[in-house]
Amino acid sequence: MFNEKKLLVTGGTGSIGSSICEYFNDNGCKEIFSTTTNLNKVKQNQKFINFKEFDLDNIQNLNLEEIFDTDVDYLVLNAGLNRDNIFLRMSLEDWNKVINVNLNSSFHLLKHFTKKMVKNRFGRIVFVSSVVAYTGNPGQVNYSASKAAISGVVKSLALELSSRNITVNSVAPGFIQSNMTDKLNEDQKNTILERIPMKKLGNPSDIAKAVGFLCSENANYITGQTLHINGGLALI
Amino acid sequence: MSDIEERVKKIVVEHLGVEEAKIQSESKFIDDLGADSLDTVELVMAFEEEFGCEIPDDAAEKIVTFKDAVSYLSANSN
Repeated sequence: MFNEKKLLVTGGTGSIGSSICEYFNDNGCKEIFSTTTNLNKVKQNQKFINFKEFDLDNIQNLNLEEIFDTDVDYLVLNAGLNRDNIFLRMSLEDWNKVINVNLNSSFHLLKHFTKKMVKNRFGRIVFVSSVVAYTGNPGQVNYSASKAAISGVVKSLALELSSRNITVNSVAPGFIQSNMTDKLNEDQKNTILERIPMKKLGNPSDIAKAVGFLCSENANYITGQTLHINGGLALI
Repeated sequence: MSDIEERVKKIVVEHLGVEEAKIQSESKFIDDLGADSLDTVELVMAFEEEFGCEIPDDAAEKIVTFKDAVSYLSANSN
C-alpha cells in the first residue's frame, strides 16, 4: 500500500507511535523515520525504524536540515506528552512544556517538510489529536488546549496546501490502551469504561489503521478532516 | 541581457508556464504572470537551487517582480 514511500512518525517508541510504524512497515513502506527522546526506549523489534534522538521541547535549537537530510511522503505528528493537574495548581512550566512539545514542535517539522512536499506535489500529513480537544477534560487544560489548537492548524494548512496534492488531516483517539492510559488506576479506568459505549479501551492498532487510511490512496480526496476513534465515547 | 537575467527567465518560464516575451522587467509574479502564493515559494526554491544560495524568508517576501529577483541574485549569488 505504501510502496516506495517514506514516512516520518514522531514519538515512535510510544504505544500509538510504534503501532503506526509497524502498520506502515507491514504494508510495504520503504523507509520509516521516527524520533525519540532516548534511544534506549527503542525496542528489539523496531530495527526497521531509522530513529533520531532528540527532545521535541528543544527542536527550535536544532538544525533539521542536518538531522533529516531527506524528504518524506507521509508526516505523522504523533509525539505528545501530558502534565495533568487541576488548573488552579497547574504551573506555568507544565503549561509551556505541553504546548511546546504537542503544538509548537509541529511548526518546525512542518516548515521543514512541507517545502519538500510542495516541490514533490505530494504529501500526506496526519496529526494525532485527542478526544479531549473536543470534549474538554478536567485536569487537562494544557493538554486539551494543545490538541484543540491542532484542529485549527489542520484546517488552515489543508486549505493552503491542497492545490499541491498535499492533504492535512487528524485522528482524535479516545481512551486507548497505551503508556498514557497505563498510568490511570483501576478506579479511574472503570469510570472511563462505563462511559464508553463499546465497553473497552481502544487498541493502538485502531489508530494506526486510521492513520494508514488517511495516507492511503483511498483517502486522496479527504483533507482538513478529523477522524474520531473513540468507541462511541463522544459523537462529534 | 545578463547571464543571471537569462537564468531567472528560464526558471520563470518553466515554472509558471508563461511565454518568455510576456516577462518584462517590472512584471509581478502574482499580478502579471499568474503565480499563486505557493508558486512564489517554489520560484524562490528554484532560484536557490540554480544559484547555490540561500534566500531567507524576509528577503524572499521582497522578491515581487522579475527585476527584484534578478537584482537580489546579482547581489547575493555565488
